[in-house]
Amino acid sequence: MIRKLRTGTFHTGMLLLSLLWLGPVIWVVVMSTRTFDDIAANGLGSLPHSFTLDTYRQAWVDGGELRALINSLLVTVPSVLLSLALAAVAAFALSRYRIPGRRTILLLMLAGNLLPPQILLIPVQKFSELTGLYDTLWALITVQVGFGLGFYTFVLHGFMRDLPGEIQEAATIDGAGPGQIFTRVMLPLTRPALAALGALSFTWIFNDLLWAITVLRTDDRMPVTPALLALQGQFVSSWSVIAAGTVIAAVPTVAVFLRFQRHFIGGLAIGAVK
Amino acid sequence: MTDVSTIAETPGTTASTVAGAPRRRRRSNRLSPLLVAFVLVPFAVESIWVFWPALQGFWFSLTRWDGQTPPEFIGVNNYVELAGDATFRGALLNTVIWLVLFGGLSVVGGFGMALLLQKERRGVGFYRAALFTPVVFSLVVTALVWRVFYQPDGLADQILRTIGLEHLIRPWLADPQTALYAVILPALWRQIGYVMVLFLAGLKAIDPALHEAARMDGANGWQRLWYVTVPQLKGVNAVVLSVIVIDSLRSFDIVWSLTKGGPYHSSELLSTYMYSAAFQSLRLGYASAIAVVIFVLALAVILGYLVRAFREEA
Repeated sequence: MIRKLRTGTFHTGMLLLSLLWLGPVIWVVVMSTRTFDDIAANGLGSLPHSFTLDTYRQAWVDGGELRALINSLLVTVPSVLLSLALAAVAAFALSRYRIPGRRTILLLMLAGNLLPPQILLIPVQKFSELTGLYDTLWALITVQVGFGLGFYTFVLHGFMRDLPGEIQEAATIDGAGPGQIFTRVMLPLTRPALAALGALSFTWIFNDLLWAITVLRTDDRMPVTPALLALQGQFVSSWSVIAAGTVIAAVPTVAVFLRFQRHFIGGLAIGAVK
Repeated sequence: MTDVSTIAETPGTTASTVAGAPRRRRRSNRLSPLLVAFVLVPFAVESIWVFWPALQGFWFSLTRWDGQTPPEFIGVNNYVELAGDATFRGALLNTVIWLVLFGGLSVVGGFGMALLLQKERRGVGFYRAALFTPVVFSLVVTALVWRVFYQPDGLADQILRTIGLEHLIRPWLADPQTALYAVILPALWRQIGYVMVLFLAGLKAIDPALHEAARMDGANGWQRLWYVTVPQLKGVNAVVLSVIVIDSLRSFDIVWSLTKGGPYHSSELLSTYMYSAAFQSLRLGYASAIAVVIFVLALAVILGYLVRAFREEA
């Protein structure tokens, strides 16, 4: 009896909490399908009295979300691949060979990632102007790679360090050099960690706002996160279009999360348990 | 770390241990150029985009600079000005409030949720997923979701009206009294699920036998929580603490998307003040000084984190 009551309380409470978490999201999705007139007449807080998908067309075409999504992918995909590749080779060398000063190098790289980005904003902007990269997607890609590297290296180092040494030893005896050991032996074994970091870094880079508005200026080159802020200025009080734009901006990361769910959560946990 | 870092030292068969000695000497004498490149290239990339800019940031904080003419060295004048700048002091106070409320409540909330949802039972997967959903959204998306919620006649007002509290209704984001808290709430909404996942991972790693033993000794639920669970989570706590403090000091996106620090700087954080000083007022030297203050605040935490990482490595 008491047990049943407790189970009931637990589920009621948790359902309410879940509603508190999912409610605002569902509300925005519903709102994105309402017409301008409906919202004007009934207010933002009312239940829908209309249904339209034209809001998505407006956000997608007139609001420039399509262009922005393409920009986001053009930045995110190369950034993720490049930073993971660089982090993997660094982690490999630092974890499997006696590189002089390897511990200092590793901690220095991690410390770089923990710096507050504010200290870097002005110098990075000036440096990108100096190199002619300012206001190009390349500037954003290189910044994202440079800033993320330290953390990825640290996590991959922890992972590679714990792999058994016998396989590498056997490969060495068979005459394989470090390059072959890396590509043929270590990389396949590191795949789970790479998948986790890949999913995580995809969302981090895709969701970034600060670096984008620091090294980019032209509206046409903005990725989707800053573009969403611009959309808000462009469609003032057209709340259903803004809601549609919000949904569009959220879909890619939600998709990556659903596809790589286990890796994603595992990736977050790597840092915690290590 | 040292004993697994080289294959030569890895405990293996007797043969390889014997063979290990000369190989180790050879390796320490000359590293293959490929390995040197493996370390140097990533390190150089990070140096160009992180280490060198960070050093420049400190130098700029000692200058007056509008970004057009060359920076002019003015010593510690920027810091002197900061000390007398009411907006800066407000932003510093707000950053501390942010740290305490956002940081504190997301730890309490995340830990509470992790405790409630740690046991596998029916529905738990759904609840975890629900709490975790906002973590995958960008802070700008989060901000827009909540902006709709806060709009005059939006959901927040509608709910208050339904439960008969309409006298509380106000322009949540435009009222200097509520703006900061109206921004903290969405940030918390997004962070709690993240902290929960960290704690869930930590709780999972605790040996159930410890709880069993405590139960045998007659410890009640609270005692087991306090004397078994919390001490066992020491490692996770350190990580969560660092993550929270660093995230709090970095917080920018959500404030920028909701209020830009206004109205009248009432929701200004050091990070937003630094950004507007740099890229709107074009006071690059002054903004760099604010950035150095943020750095100093973060440094304490980073050092703590590194000391821990270092101890583990050793």
